[in-house]
Amino acid sequence: MSKNTLSTDFRKVDVDELDEEKYRDDPETSEASNEADQVARREQEVKRLTQSSNNMEALKVCLEDPPVSTKDKALKERNFNVVLDVLTRFRAADVEKAVKSLSSEQVDVLMKYIYRGFASPTENSCGILLSWHDKAVTAGGLGSIVRVLTDRKSV
Amino acid sequence: MPEVHQLIPGPITCHCWNGDRSRFAISPNNTEVHIYTKKGSKWEVQHVLSEHGQKVTGMDWAPKSDRLVTCGALVDKCMYLQDRNAYVWTFAGEEWKPSLVILRINRAATTVRWSPLGYCKWVSKHIKKPLRSTVLGIDWHPNNYLLAAAAVTSRPGSTPLNHRVFSGYVKEIEEKPEATCWGKKMTFGACMAEFSNGGGGWVHSVSFSPSGNKLAWVGHDSSVSVANQAADGQVSTVMHSYLPYLSCLFLTENSLVAAGYDCCPVLWMHDDAGSLTYINKLDTAEKKTKGVCEACSSSITLFPFHPPFFFSAMDKFKGLDNRANAGGRDVELDSTHQNAISEILLHTGSRENVSKFATVGVDGQLVIWDCKSLESSIAGLRFK
Repeated sequence: MSKNTLSTDFRKVDVDELDEEKYRDDPETSEASNEADQVARREQEVKRLTQSSNNMEALKVCLEDPPVSTKDKALKERNFNVVLDVLTRFRAADVEKAVKSLSSEQVDVLMKYIYRGFASPTENSCGILLSWHDKAVTAGGLGSIVRVLTDRKSV
Repeated sequence: MPEVHQLIPGPITCHCWNGDRSRFAISPNNTEVHIYTKKGSKWEVQHVLSEHGQKVTGMDWAPKSDRLVTCGALVDKCMYLQDRNAYVWTFAGEEWKPSLVILRINRAATTVRWSPLGYCKWVSKHIKKPLRSTVLGIDWHPNNYLLAAAAVTSRPGSTPLNHRVFSGYVKEIEEKPEATCWGKKMTFGACMAEFSNGGGGWVHSVSFSPSGNKLAWVGHDSSVSVANQAADGQVSTVMHSYLPYLSCLFLTENSLVAAGYDCCPVLWMHDDAGSLTYINKLDTAEKKTKGVCEACSSSITLFPFHPPFFFSAMDKFKGLDNRANAGGRDVELDSTHQNAISEILLHTGSRENVSKFATVGVDGQLVIWDCKSLESSIAGLRFK
């Protein structure tokens, strides 16, 4: 009897893990590891397109496959900078045309990046983002903003 | 023109109608249940039921047995759950007599519905195992055996965002149901199907179509979806550009009415090919400036709340300064409801062909919409 009470291993058991009420989140998939490669590849592609002044195509490429699964903040930051760079290259007059050429999913992704940009403003970024925001709301409506707020996967 | 009744100044949490629509019950965002009867063209409070210790979260009125069921939830700041009770009320003589039903749940009850034949089902009871989260909406399949539950997480950081079709089959009371397109084996509590609402936005409300083959749900991420189990479970989803809907209801097999934060019911159509399209707003109201509050019969300049403001010269110049308009307080919306619509319920007609539906909102109004007059007032509108 006294032998059993010497062991204190029971204290190391994680009781919360054994709670049958506990809900497990969706497990992180292997997508996360691919995203690093995708971001790097996209960066290259966008650089090439912007150098040849093909801003519209660059916009579409940078909005592809947003890195939502990864938890790597530096990666997300790097990806966001690529997007912000493309958004900055457009003249104010061309923004509307650019937004109109996007599909509704692309508008939703754009809106996510815009709000991310609002969250960490720099000297010039806010004015540019506001003009993109205005056109994006015209295209996507209030629903696209609601989706930025409710979607658990953030860029 | 929809029939509008300004019942109370504050929000109406939930409501339900009795079988012949001569009475309805509401909960005015507190622990009470108010029962209204019709007096002439107005509705008046006939009874106030106040057994619940906490806020009433859901209610339903059985059409045949005329019994009312209400359930309550916790509303105070501490984490202990107080009123985990439901009451079934029976009208005897002049009074409503409550009978307490102890729910064996350890969370608050959020919503309750009588089944088509009069068996009650409140959420979280029995069907607890696969559900790890709060259920916001339930709807019975017309065959009386299946239940769809719209779930959202009750814990921060986890994401079910699913909703499930469950079998609510109670063996002792009912005969064995026929197999439906949702599945054959229907032991009690078995999950027949599960749908996820994508990456974000919990599901507010679910509705079965009249045949029971389609299930529609609306999510907080401004989405509307319909799953057609008769077409191999094909799901059509539209991420729309309006504010999220809080409630939805099938008017016919293909027409779905939804309403929510935009304060206005809208019509969607889902055809058998699977395409889900937005048809039209169902509200043709314009901005109102005057109205009468039914609670106190005073003529008021319409606001979402009492008392009315006084339009003064000071207000006018303030308005010019702040908003570049000369309005004193321009807060009216150009819709019948002046605040979010919280619930849509069938009022008149059968499930296959709803002729009137009722909405209640955070503005304290109950509005009854007539499908025929909507069809005639909005060009080209048809509920197919």
